Parts: sequence; C-alpha cells; structure tokens
Amino acid sequence: MKIHRTIKYESDCVRGFGRELMSVPGCEQLERCIQCGTCSGVCPLSIYMDYTPRQVMALTRADFKREVLHSHTIWLCASCYACTVECPQEIRITDIMYELKQRAILERVYPRGFPIPVLAREFTAMVRKHGRITEMVLVIRLFLQTSWLAALGNWRLGLDLMRTGRFSLITERIKRRHEIARMFDALDGTKGKGP
Amino acid sequence: MKYSYFPGCSLRGLGRAYEESLLPVMQHLGVELQELDDWNCCGATAYMAVDEAKACVLAARNLALAERSGLHQVMAPCAACYLVLNKTKHYLQDYPAMKAKIDRALAAVDLTYSGNMPVRHPLDILLNDVGLEAIKRRVQRPLKGLKVAPYYGCQIVRPYSTFDDQNNPTSMDRLIEALGATVVRYPLKTKCCGGSLTGTVPRAGIRMVYILLDEARKRGADCLATVCPLCQFNLDAYHADVKSTYGGVALPTVYFTQLMGLAFGLPESQLGLNRAAVRFKWRPAPAGAPPPPSAATPAPVTA
Repeated sequence: MKIHRTIKYESDCVRGFGRELMSVPGCEQLERCIQCGTCSGVCPLSIYMDYTPRQVMALTRADFKREVLHSHTIWLCASCYACTVECPQEIRITDIMYELKQRAILERVYPRGFPIPVLAREFTAMVRKHGRITEMVLVIRLFLQTSWLAALGNWRLGLDLMRTGRFSLITERIKRRHEIARMFDALDGTKGKGP
Repeated sequence: MKYSYFPGCSLRGLGRAYEESLLPVMQHLGVELQELDDWNCCGATAYMAVDEAKACVLAARNLALAERSGLHQVMAPCAACYLVLNKTKHYLQDYPAMKAKIDRALAAVDLTYSGNMPVRHPLDILLNDVGLEAIKRRVQRPLKGLKVAPYYGCQIVRPYSTFDDQNNPTSMDRLIEALGATVVRYPLKTKCCGGSLTGTVPRAGIRMVYILLDEARKRGADCLATVCPLCQFNLDAYHADVKSTYGGVALPTVYFTQLMGLAFGLPESQLGLNRAAVRFKWRPAPAGAPPPPSAATPAPVTA
C-alpha cells in the first residue's frame, strides 16, 4: 500500500504567490473570498475536479502554488462563467482560472499529453500564423499530438462532417497577416514604437 | 439599419449553417450587413489561457477595424466572439494601463480604438432594433405545432448580459413564439454545453451534452434552438457517443435563424439545414394551406 501525506504543511507554500496573483487586473477580489462554496456548487465540472473551485480559491490565496498549478481543475474549467456570475463577493473566478492556466503553461507544469493545454498552444500558434482558425485543421493537429486512438475513435464524426460539407482543410487566413505579428511584437516590446 | 458584421472563424468552419441562414434572414428583414474588412480571430477562450494582452489585442484589432468602417455598431453572431469582444471592451475600460498597452500595439499597425464600439448579438438586434412586430409581419409559414427548447448556452448571457436576463433569458423564447412555434420550458437554457471538452475530455463533455439533450426530450421538445456555433456542434455531432454511453436521444439542434428562415418561407437551400448530422425534418405547412386539424401532430423528428 502506497500512502502519501494529504495534509498540507506550511513549507509546501510558495510565499507571495497569492498576493502576486491578486495584483493581476481582474483577480483582485480573490482577497474577499468567504469560502461559501457557491462556485463549486454551480460549476458543471466540479464533479471531475481534483480540487473544487472553492478549494482552488483557498489554495491560491494561501500560496499553495504547486497544488493549484498542477491541478486538473484549471484545465477542466470550460469558461462558462457560472461561478463568476453567482459569486456573492464578485470574484472573477473564471478569470483567475485563466491566470492560473497562463502560469501553468509558462512554467510547463501541466500534465503531459493532456489535450487542453495542447489545444491552447495549437490555437495560439495558428492565430499568430494565419490570423484565423481553420477548425478542422486545429482538431486534426490536436488529435495527432495527443491521442491517435481518439482520432480513430472519431471516424464516424469525420464521416458526418464530410457528408454535411463541413470538413474543410483549406486554410483560412487574413490578408494583412503582418499586422498580427507587428501588434504582438509591440506588446512584447521588441519592435514597438514606444509610448 | 446597417451594421458592421464580424462572422468569426466558426461561421466559416463547422458553424457555416449559421451564417448561411443568418444572412438571408437579415436581408429579408432589411438589415444591412457589411463584413468587417480583414477581420481576425477573436482569440476565443483559448488565447485568454495563454496571454491576456495578446488575447486583448486580437479582439481590439477587430473593434478598431469596426470603428474605421464608419458604421456605428458591430454584430457578432458567434457567442464566443460576442463575449470576447465585449470582455475586451470592459477590460480596456476598467484597466487604463492595459488600454495604453493595447493602444500602442494598435498604433504599430496604424489603428486606433476609442473604446466605444457597441457589440451586438443578432438576437439583440432582432428584438430591439427590428422588433417582434416587424418579424411577425414577415412570417409566411407559421411554425405551428413545433415544440422548441430554447438553448442560450453560456456566453451571450454570462458574464456580460447586455440585452437579456442573466439567469432566465427570454429573447429567443419570444422570437420563437413570434414565429408561431411553441416554446417548452427549459430550465437548462443557460447551462454549459461543455465547450471544447467534448473533444479534449470526452467523458466530461459527452455527459454535459447528454444532460441537455435528454432534458429537452423529457420536456417534449421536437428540437433545440441555439445561438452559438459550438453549442450547435456539440449538441449535434456527438450523438453516437451519447448513444453508446447513455442511450440515444435523437433530437436535432438548429440555429434560431434556420427556424426564422423556415417561417419566412425562404428557400430551404439557403438555410443550411443539410449541414446537421441529426437532420431537422419538420416543416411548416405551406403558405395559404388550410390550418391542420387540431389532432394533427407534427411529423415525428427522426435522426
């Protein structure tokens, strides 16, 4: 029998993580969380989560960086905003989930082969390159990088899409693609015109 | 009535039936649409998870293009685009530092955005600018006998509801009634369809789709009506998976614009009805036909 410690120690914290996250625009209200659990109650995905949204709020505020960034919860969030709308303290929980996803991607701590961060990565690469999304190409790239088997399991879906004229691999792109690159460069401060 | 039109990637991809039905319906009602010149992807939910400044600038470029078009409002039919454009507007308003950053990025490509472009959903335009009376006048073939479960999904009512109630939206209910159809009470009308989870975590996504379909079936609906390309796709394309896990719920999901087109008597070939995996086969009686006897039930809807 393999056992592991389930109680968190103070030494598991990364001091300052919560405070720093609460300084991000849109995440300030986390400070006011009263741990009522409304978010977990309305979340349609909390039944699958390793930590419920309420727990993620508490862990974040208490500096348990490793736990929240490694959690499945942030990737299961489907951005339906039910928690954000219902929160009595007006905490923008969905936006906090976005912020945590960003940090998990930045620190490369998301579960390997887990399709959701791969989707985010493929999506953003496609937008940077073409300015638009070609949905079929995105889906195929996602399957190629995560699960061949799942792709094969979806043969019927593929046939349906072909039958109904929705299976298109022609790349959608904008004309002035350089504008996307230039705007992003300006944000990154590499070739920006300055204030 | 003239608006800038931001179709979004989905309406050129899996959701093309939405655009196919939206454009003739709007034209029929005298709503002029001018597609935004060289619009780009709004960023959807995926970009927010990677970099919020970049997500913002993607949306802001579209808002700036809308401003440059000289038209005063932009219509965004896709629920995700509608949310992202509105969210960006709020964000830029609430956080001047972010606004300054985005302004600089836009300036690098000679664009400006003042911060005041109203982003409207077609439902909003139909109810508040066109009006239900004008819509009723166009109905040639009332959808009499059709029972519809109105499904709004998340993103046109949450978190920024500009034209309808957040918990119990009714704009599509009223529209469907104006077309002559019957709206069934559907308390799951704003429950999440699972978004991209159907593809990424099927176990979770398929369950959410099943719950929505099964509830509509239990309440006697002949079809679900939706306002979002991703909701339509999820509720339509995964019936095989739903069937193998939970048992079949063969219920079609249509765009509200397709119902409008049918009621207006527009040619079916213009409405993209053949794009769905689960075909919507119900048809209204032809214009001028005598009303069917009250016992008559609509043709059963089959997969």
